[in-house]
Amino acid sequence: MPVAWIPSLMQKLTAGQQQVEVEGATVREVVAALDARYPGFKERVLDGDRIKTEIAVAVDGEVVAAGLRAKVGPESEVHFLPAISGGAS
Amino acid sequence: MPANNGYKVIGTRPIRHDGVDKVTGRAIYGADTQLAGLLYGQVLRSPHAHARIKSIDTSKAAALPGVKAVLTGTDLPDAGDQMVDLGEGPARLKYLRDNVLATDKALYSGHPVAAVAATSVHIAEEALDLIEVEYEELEAVLDVREAMQEGAPQLHDDMTTQEFGEDTGRKSNLATHFEHRLGDADKAFAEADVVVEREFQTATVHQGYIEPHNATASWNADGQLTVWTSTQGSFTARAQVGAVLDMPISRIKVVPQEIGGGFGGKIPVYLEPVAALLSKASGQPVKMIMTRPAVFESTGPTPGSYVKIKMGADKSGKIVAADAYIAFESGAYPGGLVGAAAMCVFSCYDIPDGRIDCYDVVVNKPRSFAYRAPGSTQVAFATEHVVDLLAAELGMEPLEIRLKNTATTGTRRIDGVVYPKMGCKEVLEAIRDSEHYQSPAPAGPNGGRGISVGYWFNVGLKSSCTASVNADGTVSLVEGSTDIGGTRTSVAMQFAETLGLRAEDVKPQVADTDSIGHTDVTGGSRVTYATGWAAYKAALDVRDQLCERAAQLWEVEVSQVEFDDGVFRSGDNELTFKGLAGRLEETGGPVIGRATVDPDSGVGGSFAANIADVEVDPETGKVDVLRFTVIQDAGRAIHPAYVEGQMQGGSVQGIGWALNEEYFYSGDGHLDNSSFLDYRIPTSLDLPMIETIIVEVPNPGHPYGVRGVGEANIAPPPAAIAAAIEDAVGVRPRELPMKPDRIVAALQAHEERAAQATGG
Amino acid sequence: MSKTHVQTTINGEPTEFLCEPRQSLLEVLRETLGFTGTKEGCNDGNCGACSIAVDGVLVDSCLMLAVEADGKEIGTVEGLASPDSLHPVQQKFLEHAALQCGICTPGFLVASKALLDHNPNPSEHEVRHWLAGNLCRCTGYDKIVRAVLDAAEEVRQSA
Repeated sequence: MPVAWIPSLMQKLTAGQQQVEVEGATVREVVAALDARYPGFKERVLDGDRIKTEIAVAVDGEVVAAGLRAKVGPESEVHFLPAISGGAS
Repeated sequence: MPANNGYKVIGTRPIRHDGVDKVTGRAIYGADTQLAGLLYGQVLRSPHAHARIKSIDTSKAAALPGVKAVLTGTDLPDAGDQMVDLGEGPARLKYLRDNVLATDKALYSGHPVAAVAATSVHIAEEALDLIEVEYEELEAVLDVREAMQEGAPQLHDDMTTQEFGEDTGRKSNLATHFEHRLGDADKAFAEADVVVEREFQTATVHQGYIEPHNATASWNADGQLTVWTSTQGSFTARAQVGAVLDMPISRIKVVPQEIGGGFGGKIPVYLEPVAALLSKASGQPVKMIMTRPAVFESTGPTPGSYVKIKMGADKSGKIVAADAYIAFESGAYPGGLVGAAAMCVFSCYDIPDGRIDCYDVVVNKPRSFAYRAPGSTQVAFATEHVVDLLAAELGMEPLEIRLKNTATTGTRRIDGVVYPKMGCKEVLEAIRDSEHYQSPAPAGPNGGRGISVGYWFNVGLKSSCTASVNADGTVSLVEGSTDIGGTRTSVAMQFAETLGLRAEDVKPQVADTDSIGHTDVTGGSRVTYATGWAAYKAALDVRDQLCERAAQLWEVEVSQVEFDDGVFRSGDNELTFKGLAGRLEETGGPVIGRATVDPDSGVGGSFAANIADVEVDPETGKVDVLRFTVIQDAGRAIHPAYVEGQMQGGSVQGIGWALNEEYFYSGDGHLDNSSFLDYRIPTSLDLPMIETIIVEVPNPGHPYGVRGVGEANIAPPPAAIAAAIEDAVGVRPRELPMKPDRIVAALQAHEERAAQATGG
Repeated sequence: MSKTHVQTTINGEPTEFLCEPRQSLLEVLRETLGFTGTKEGCNDGNCGACSIAVDGVLVDSCLMLAVEADGKEIGTVEGLASPDSLHPVQQKFLEHAALQCGICTPGFLVASKALLDHNPNPSEHEVRHWLAGNLCRCTGYDKIVRAVLDAAEEVRQSA
């Protein structure tokens, strides 16, 4: 099952749980599963049907461009990170 | 296998395709744009660091003969306060708009408040003097920690601290707080044998590109807008102009001219929307070139910072815990670079338990923007110092503790990311094996040597390429990435390699936003990686189409045609690429290859390291860099000369950041050193040759193994130089820049402590 | 503002123009005469991007009034190459990858040529000292210094 890493500032919602195993083949399904277990999770990370602009979702270490549609594998890690601006030469 | 990993083009050093234009003065940069009936625009800027704008009277300026248009912030369309998607991340429209022309408040000295277009630049300047602005001055706050305190002057009346998707409701200049946690840092620190904690500060610095910002705009009677500008990303410039002017991107064409340096600072738009509206108002094209003082006062800078690092190790020298508190100024508007700093702060080490707390804070300085590995240099300066202190406590050599704790494939960073194949260890081993490291450190009482390592994660993002096969066997390659440092060539070389062509048989050009598919910024060390990948894919598309043409000619199935090393074959039939290119007319006409990429995995970060030898003059505090080596993992160096160039250029920017460069503000928030005389970047006379060692740990996420090399190289120099200063004279500053008076003060304090210790 | 008539020579070609007394030579070269190879980086004499030769002397054209060009011989980057070949400093800048963004390059080339005209056998330190008035933010100067030293050798051999 994929493992969702819960940001420390959201661990109030998960009673201190840092990593949570959840069902889901897409980021959307993972978020839905987390919200079912920890009500309010979806509201923290989504703005309507999109990931909030200040948050980035990374699957297996890479920030996904496809947002909620991004595929999640059975062994995947899903991270919720602050969105990064910049990065340039 | 041939010496060059089997490659014929990759790894060679051809002369860049745009080289002759650039050594003969023929290359057209933004400010070189000429159009019939051109007007010249100028911007009036706030003299106050923090003030309410009560009124602006432009009537006298408008009446000056030669003046054709005058604008203030209220002339920008008001599309409400919403988030706008700029293609590479969202932005709050009010902030974007107010930074172009202020409406209610001036938030930094240099903040644009009005603009004029006139028949000459001198008349425009005279007109600025005739604009009357009534300000209500407010107290300014310039320091990141002071700005966070309760009771500090608040820049934005409505700003409240955001904590990872939650609005805390607390009014503050602290825009965002977030944190990363891995494992149990408290327990790990409690069990550590050695714990070291130190505080660090770094000054606000500027990217220092030699070419000032510029924009030329022509607003046509049919509502179509064309903008010629020097930008790192024509598509992001188009998106920003569209957002600020509340117009669809289909009505805007951005023509990227040659760009005279960016380093992250030429991603935002400043003049483009202003030039556009001045053109609309006057009915004539308008050119704007920012003055050098304005470049310093109102663009760029990269954040000043306050950083606190705590690290613990066991007796064996294994680092067991790490803790970072990182506060970055984001300038007048939030959305700074502290998130990137969090990804870099402990990135070179394998540390099982730790936490990183980050604070993004608005202050009365220009809005901060990226500067080469943004955020990494500030935190590398801090972390590398603490690692050296741990080594000293444990009786280890600096290189020994780094090798023992190096991040490697599979290392999980404290922000959660697990590294794919990475070259940190190989870069450290290259220090060890280098002639420089093995040579004696500088002799004499005031000479010393230091080492350090740094990281940048690199980005992927979107790129597009099209390739037209010419009848003479050459290829015209069109890309959307503006070329700041020779990327036309590094991209064309990957195309040439794929089809067995010579680099000079591919003619690369950078196109405008109407002429190529969406391409993200030249930034994040992404062009050779991502646009190179698009060129590779476009070459495969050309190959496949040419195989079909060969099959037609030879009346065989396409599956019977093979392509290898520039030659198409089927049975006894054989045609070179050039031969087949000459026979497209009889097989269906022109061939155009095309590709887009949006790599979201395998971007592959890059590590860089330094060996620095310095000599310190204890009388004056001046630090001379005697010898300097930069080592970096390039994955695969496509054009080694330009890889070296990135490494050398980034190193010298890091040396400037270490020793000289800083924004120097007066007490009321006026920038006192807004010229290249007073904001002193390194000159040729300040430096030795910059020795380079390219390490190649191929990136499995790229067809040719490329890792972007544009950025990681700026991160390690301040730390390496600080370590060398300590080795030389026994003091190690924890504040950047390590300028002469700071060194002298540290030496005096050191002597006083020594005198007290001996009872003297 | 009334304009002044100036007669000068640019890259060997007799040239006349009208300018305001307050206009710099840099502004007139770029905006009036179309010699945009000479670049503006600071407009206050600190970066060297606008370097030109005036009667063989290296000058920041942003610090010289256009009216002062009267009767002078002006040399810009556009005049360095001959119709059939680049000047050795231009060729060596290409071979050594001594430019990245290229905005400072015209100034460096004009300054380097002035150095080699004056001293065809400079040491590394002499090159660094001579070029200290030209700022480059991209290269760290290493490849520029190497290119100038290599060009000097070529100039000496062909002399």
